Amino acid sequence: MVEDTNSVPNDSEERVPIMQQILDNPFLLLFIGVAMPTVFYIVWGVMEIVTIPIAK
Amino acid sequence: MANNETFRTCPRTGLQFHDSAEMLMKANAVVGVVFLLLGGVLALLIGLTKWPDVHLLPADSFYLVLTAHGLDMLVFWIIFFEIAVLYFCSSTLLRCRLATPRMAWLAFALMLIGAVTTNVAIFQGNSSVMMTSYVPMQAHPSFYLGLILFAVGALIGCFVFFGTLVIAKAEKTYQGSVPLVTFGAVTAAIIAVFTIASGAIILIPTFLWSVGYIKTIDPLMYRVIWWAFGHSSQQINVAAHIAVWYAIAAIVFGAKPMSERVSRTAFLLYIFFLQLASAHHILADPGISSEWKVFNTSYAMYLAVLASMIHGLTIPGAIEVAQREKGFTKGLFEWLRKAPWGNPVFSGMFISLIGFGFLGGISGVMMGTEQLNLIIHNTIYVPGHFHATVVIGTTLAFMALTYFLIPVLFRREIMFPGLAKWQPYLFGFGMYVFALVMMGAGTLGVPRRHWDMSFLGAAMPYEFPGSAYLLMSLVGISAVVAVIGGGAYILVTVSSIFLGKKLDAGVISNKPTPVVTPVSAAISGHGSLGIAGFAAPGTFVLAMVFLVAFVLYYFINWKYLSQVWGLS
Repeated sequence: MVEDTNSVPNDSEERVPIMQQILDNPFLLLFIGVAMPTVFYIVWGVMEIVTIPIAK
Repeated sequence: MANNETFRTCPRTGLQFHDSAEMLMKANAVVGVVFLLLGGVLALLIGLTKWPDVHLLPADSFYLVLTAHGLDMLVFWIIFFEIAVLYFCSSTLLRCRLATPRMAWLAFALMLIGAVTTNVAIFQGNSSVMMTSYVPMQAHPSFYLGLILFAVGALIGCFVFFGTLVIAKAEKTYQGSVPLVTFGAVTAAIIAVFTIASGAIILIPTFLWSVGYIKTIDPLMYRVIWWAFGHSSQQINVAAHIAVWYAIAAIVFGAKPMSERVSRTAFLLYIFFLQLASAHHILADPGISSEWKVFNTSYAMYLAVLASMIHGLTIPGAIEVAQREKGFTKGLFEWLRKAPWGNPVFSGMFISLIGFGFLGGISGVMMGTEQLNLIIHNTIYVPGHFHATVVIGTTLAFMALTYFLIPVLFRREIMFPGLAKWQPYLFGFGMYVFALVMMGAGTLGVPRRHWDMSFLGAAMPYEFPGSAYLLMSLVGISAVVAVIGGGAYILVTVSSIFLGKKLDAGVISNKPTPVVTPVSAAISGHGSLGIAGFAAPGTFVLAMVFLVAFVLYYFINWKYLSQVWGLS
């Protein structure tokens, strides 16, 4: 089988870098942007509050 | 696509407006300005009450007015305008139709009904609980209901924005990545979704508590979750006004970002970390661990601050590069001296950028440091800081953008151009002084919310030094100057929109067209993907000045803390 020497990828077929794929995906960014503060700010903060011992 | 949809191409800029999006942008921007007018009148009353020699309002009216001012300015004015910005950055910059215009109108209606409901509740006099509405203070149920309706509307508006991005991608109205300005709007919308969801998490149970279905709301739980709404709502502003700065740099100078990679990464840092800065409101609260406080403020917030410093460097840097390409190459600052200082679009944006960085940014980092926060917690320093970020940063940037939008979106010639030329200076420098003297008075311990700083008749009185009274008098005077500047903006915009000379609408077609003219190319195009070399030496010097000011101020406050709180 003869290799097709004309199959050089053109610009449009160039692989998009992974970082650009992330930045180009608004719904992935939306997930990250909601998950990060939900976990580190709200969930962590609420866990600390609910574990405060109740005064007797 | 429905056949009755039309697209108008602006003859002055080449920007293209989908008819539904255009109407929605106008409606949201106009209603936003109405709330700005209301909030501005209330600001004057507050300023004249905080001025010790005038002390205009009695206590009950003062707290009522302060509640209305906070919500009308920090929530209603800004989020209405931001929804207009989101539609502009999606539909107009991506040259596509707006997703689900009917849902966008529903969003607008809910926001309007919510904002009016909350205002009615406040002005009826039984909801003077301040913007923060800390429990166990209880407002009328309609106060919370209005806020919930507004939040639901704004959330729908955000998803209309995301839907429009999907349409633009599906219909291939742009190549590659979305423009940087649109990416900034994506960041703002993401922060908005978290913000509004947090508001719903805490305001819905608080509403149920106000009508008697829930027995109690834990005050600490309320504070932690409310600030995820209250402070993050100001982070929407940061992302939005930085997107506006990039847009204005492109509009006025044709400036391209120095490095798209760096600028987008800075926005990504916002998406990751900016909302966590809400924690600095909880720094003085017992019950929450130092680990939570230090991670959320110091570690996470500093990465968001790094992002702000990147934007603060790359935007003037991009302007400098564009100016140097036009031949303004003499010395370090010819590019800045020869900038169009008489154009309110530019002057407003640049005064906003410098004030946001030097006054709002530096003071924000100081406040976000757990130990330093104790010096100024709950003092009038805090409103000094957020007037520098939200009023100088966001409101002034939006004012600057309005001068661009009046001929482009509203198709009217700007009336009173002489007044428009001076307005950003009057408002901006009035606010510079206002924020500075507030921070000065706060450093002396003047409380942020109390109606009477002299504590007349109090069981445990406290006498502030004369300098605190002087600074509070300057708060009153500078508030009057800034309100006059704000009034000039309202006068120019309202008279231009309703009475200004009509301008040519441009070509109207029933489908988006790929026509690209200089302004639309700059605002929706892409800059360098590499990292710029030493192409902006003047900006580098400005950045060094900023860094020195930053370090000096930070360590001065540590010195001040050591004197306030002796260890030996």
